[in-house]
Amino acid sequence: MSELSRRRMLKVLGTAPAAAAVSFQPGTVQAYLAERAQAAAATPYARRFFTEHEFATVMVLADMIIPRDDRSGSATDSGAHEFIDYIVAEQPERQTRIRGGLAWLDAECLRRFDRRFVDCADAERRQVLDDIAWPAKARPEMSHGVRFFSEMRDLVATGFWSSRMGVEDLGYMGNRPTTWEGPPREVLEKLGL
Amino acid sequence: MQIIRSPKVYDVCIVGSGAGGGTVARVLTEAGADVVMLEGGPMWDSATDSAMFAWNYESPTRGWGGDLKPFGVYDGCLGGWDIEGEPYTVGTGAWRWFRGRMLGGRTHHWGRISLRFGPDDFRRKSIDGLGDDWPISYDDLKPYYDRLDEFVGIFGTNHARETGLHNEPDGIFMPPPAPRAHELLIKKACDRMGIPVVPARLSILTRPHNGRPACHYCGQCGRGCSTHSNFSSVSVMLPPALATGRLTIVANAMAREVTVGADGLATGVSYIDTGSLQEHQVRARIVVLAASCCESARLLLNSKSTLFPNGLANSSGVVGRYLTDSTGLSVRGFIPALQDLPRYNSDGTGGMHLYVPWWGDNKALGFPRGYHIELGGGFGMPGYGFGSGIETYPQSQGGGYGVALKEEYRRYYGAFVSFAGRGEQVAREDCYCEIDPDVVDKWGIPVLRFHHTWSEHERLQAKHMQETFRAIIEEMGGTPIGDMPGPEQDYGLAAGGVIIHEAGAVRMGNDPKTSALNRYCQAHDVRNLFVADGGPFVSQADKNLTWTIMALAWRTAEYIAEERRNGDL
Repeated sequence: MSELSRRRMLKVLGTAPAAAAVSFQPGTVQAYLAERAQAAAATPYARRFFTEHEFATVMVLADMIIPRDDRSGSATDSGAHEFIDYIVAEQPERQTRIRGGLAWLDAECLRRFDRRFVDCADAERRQVLDDIAWPAKARPEMSHGVRFFSEMRDLVATGFWSSRMGVEDLGYMGNRPTTWEGPPREVLEKLGL
Repeated sequence: MQIIRSPKVYDVCIVGSGAGGGTVARVLTEAGADVVMLEGGPMWDSATDSAMFAWNYESPTRGWGGDLKPFGVYDGCLGGWDIEGEPYTVGTGAWRWFRGRMLGGRTHHWGRISLRFGPDDFRRKSIDGLGDDWPISYDDLKPYYDRLDEFVGIFGTNHARETGLHNEPDGIFMPPPAPRAHELLIKKACDRMGIPVVPARLSILTRPHNGRPACHYCGQCGRGCSTHSNFSSVSVMLPPALATGRLTIVANAMAREVTVGADGLATGVSYIDTGSLQEHQVRARIVVLAASCCESARLLLNSKSTLFPNGLANSSGVVGRYLTDSTGLSVRGFIPALQDLPRYNSDGTGGMHLYVPWWGDNKALGFPRGYHIELGGGFGMPGYGFGSGIETYPQSQGGGYGVALKEEYRRYYGAFVSFAGRGEQVAREDCYCEIDPDVVDKWGIPVLRFHHTWSEHERLQAKHMQETFRAIIEEMGGTPIGDMPGPEQDYGLAAGGVIIHEAGAVRMGNDPKTSALNRYCQAHDVRNLFVADGGPFVSQADKNLTWTIMALAWRTAEYIAEERRNGDL
């Protein structure tokens, strides 16, 4: 385990100061959860990886990937963009791919429209995304954009669906003490069981 | 700085607090022995320390745990395949070594799958000529399996009666929980294919038992159960041992070696306090290694002296040899029938409610030994990785973005099933661990170097798993995810150690020339030294090994108690 990984993990667990040589001592997770809840309530999210421009691009992309609809809000409504910034900061192996992918997107928009992605009109943005969002249909010269967009789509999906908003949208009903009688009758009937 | 030597001489020193160590501690303290237990990690109790009921969105990584928490940030087990300052090396082949570093060890990690070995599993050489028979039979262990079932509490059913499979012994069971919807759907397909699907056997209480409440069905056994409704050494074995007043637990004590007297008997264990870095020696009349299969082998190999130049209990040279892990691979399938299913809380117990015991007839197959199948699926708590790779999902639009994509994520939620095969590797002398001559850990303890490869036996078994899982998915009207790996990829077999079922590195046997331990897991060379973990196993089985580790440890502990009563130890 490298020192970097250890520090990363300590950050994940929320034990900040170097003086606290705590890693996995009892109560760490609870302390972390309480601290985190308190911190989240008190302060706005502070960017860790993206530049201001990159973050703005991520937010536009995220809401194009998962927009608001009649059942729930958009990716940024759920805080997905903050998760993406956080996790890319935590996972160095993603950093060049994501940063480079955002730069690729801007370069492509500049080439086509003489404007960066965030400055493009919605129809212009869609024109580019339409060329990279369906890997099997994409033209070979779009391969770098395709790779980037698939990874970004995955990040947005985790960010949105694992948020409180996403969990409620999906209708996940667990994570609580209950009794167990198996699946309800309507489920079994639908499956012909 | 001097070595701190304990003035007290304990009756027994146990190294390790997991499945084996916890069991030995309970039996011996209740039999009147004064026991000291060394644990390399910190104290930990799921009643106060688990992350039960935390949401993934309460974690900024949405549950992702990095290298130090490979099973997620909320996972109850402290440790992993990579631990800072505790390296290991690999010579031939590949190997990954998962270590738990906490009170209770890897009993916090395991899936509570509690399968007895069957009669055939103790005499495989007599059946197929490969490996070796155990020096004991199923009948020798049966009373201890029974006591475990009764004391710990386990749900399940009589598989032999349901399936006709003679190598699936009965036990003493609580009623199993009703199956989940996807499990019933799998069973329906398997019924048509002649593959038996029966209630799983998990050490999770479906009824209150010995002062522990029944399961509350949150599905989070892996985080540690705050009500002690599942098994861990800390929740079940250690409380009665502590209640005797005869168990002393020393946490953060990393064992370095077993100390030996001029008479060739073990005198205790030396260890380092990982907090203060102070060296200690604890003295005991009997030493029981329950540090995990490979860690116990490492301790023996590092306990070199003029009397025992090859390491302790190793005049045979077999310590470290015959190292096995379970074979393992998984296949996931998309099942259209499960799409748009009305939501229900499918958490249930922290594991499968139905599973598939080994049903094959090796005479009709091209490989020896078998595997069981662990079933997965349902509406899990959304977390890190949710919906990943949706562009590859069968019958999807192949990617995209926007409202249609958002709807697609909803439709695929809960529409997947998974099949994990866990099978038997045939033990071989050339799969082994030894002391790396060049590398020490951060405490200066020489580390293990592993040599492990799969043979054609395991590769063909893996091929059978792949073909079977894919056939079941297709029988369900579904589509397997990903192409089947070929022989050049060992048909998808996980590297040794990834399944975390290490066994055999300190094996038992009747012949001191070919085994380290006798039929009571007592060292042939050192009569007051015992091993009580996966180390003594002569062979694996198509069943996970923890229940057998504990039954064997229980039997070993009773033998020690008996020998003490007789004055022989």
